Amino acid sequence: MASGAELTPTSYMTHHLTNMTSSVGEGAFWTLHVDTLVMSLLLGILSFGFLWSVVRGATSGVPGKRQAFVELAVEFIDDQVKSTFHGDRHAFVAPAALTVFVWVLMMNAMDLLPIDIMALIYELLGLHNWRSVPTTDINATFALALSVWLLMIFFNIKVKGFGGWIHELVCTPFGKNPLLWPVNLLFNLVEYVSKPLSHSLRLYGNIYAGEIIFLLIGMWAATGLAGTVFGTILGAGWAIFHILIITLQAFIFMMLTVVYLSMAHESH
Amino acid sequence: MNINFTLFSQAAAFAVFIWFTVKFVWPPLMRAIEDRQKTIADGLAAGERGKHELELSSHRSADVLKEAKQRASVIIAQAEKRASQIIEEAKGTAKDEGNRILVGAKAEVEQEVFRAKETLRQQVADLAVAGAAKILRREVDAKTHADLLTSIRAEL
Repeated sequence: MASGAELTPTSYMTHHLTNMTSSVGEGAFWTLHVDTLVMSLLLGILSFGFLWSVVRGATSGVPGKRQAFVELAVEFIDDQVKSTFHGDRHAFVAPAALTVFVWVLMMNAMDLLPIDIMALIYELLGLHNWRSVPTTDINATFALALSVWLLMIFFNIKVKGFGGWIHELVCTPFGKNPLLWPVNLLFNLVEYVSKPLSHSLRLYGNIYAGEIIFLLIGMWAATGLAGTVFGTILGAGWAIFHILIITLQAFIFMMLTVVYLSMAHESH
Repeated sequence: MNINFTLFSQAAAFAVFIWFTVKFVWPPLMRAIEDRQKTIADGLAAGERGKHELELSSHRSADVLKEAKQRASVIIAQAEKRASQIIEEAKGTAKDEGNRILVGAKAEVEQEVFRAKETLRQQVADLAVAGAAKILRREVDAKTHADLLTSIRAEL
């Protein structure tokens, strides 16, 4: 809709699903999705800035409405972490979970912005290809999942020592018998590979699919009066349902982060 | 859809945000929440203590009240006893006083009677002498028979 004269479904979809890129070096790998990075940074700075501004004026007396809201969110996450992680959660795991939840929730929530109106606004700003939702970029979700994966390995080594971690890799889950070592190792390697993949692809898939549905509804709305009427109703319905998906996916992503980090702290 | 350098920039941003939350967001808020929890717990404990003390002091006040009532009833009984004693004493004194007054009055009455008798006797004697004098006008000389007349007056 925003791209002008020759509007076909393909060009519409492609327009909405193309990132704004910027090359930072030689080769395909050295490109940067500027929209993903800028949107995620903006959202992160906004939400963590908000949290910080509330926390800076936090009182231990009767809290104001904003502080009560932040405390509600923080205590919700703290409760979740408490039930999963048995250690000093305040040192790292709980605040990290808060970071993951708030950031992913905000990035997912961008999906609720009306895509074509946003495209129009971006066009006015001179940004032809600009995607609002960072979590529909596999790079964003994979970056989060890989960071969690690295933290998992870091805590494994920190808590159990390097030897302890290697011992766990080759001796669990089947047993200490040297004959079982390759099997154990293979098993653990599969687990270590599948964890970040499932972690990131689950979030990416859900949000990406949600965006595609919005695009399909938008396309239908462009076909005529009936399409506009049904497109409006369906669009509203899907948006309301999507609120659930956005929150749920952010919650799942946070819980998996906590679970992975807890498993790294516990010996089998 | 392709993996590229965005991955690293995103991971770096993630690391910074985690660091920020761990360092600046989580601890102050947790401190505020824990302080409040402590305040509330202290308040509840104080309330519990106050309730306990109220119970104790109400027991004590009931005891004091009971004792006071007992003492009051003892004092009342003593007062009643004393009152009846005083009444008895007063009755005794009044009786004595009455008797005394009666005795005095009787004595006075007797005295009066005696005096009246005396006066009467005097008058009767005078009358008798006067009568006798009338009868014996010539023979009797008052001067010569003064002794006789006085003795008669005394006998009457």
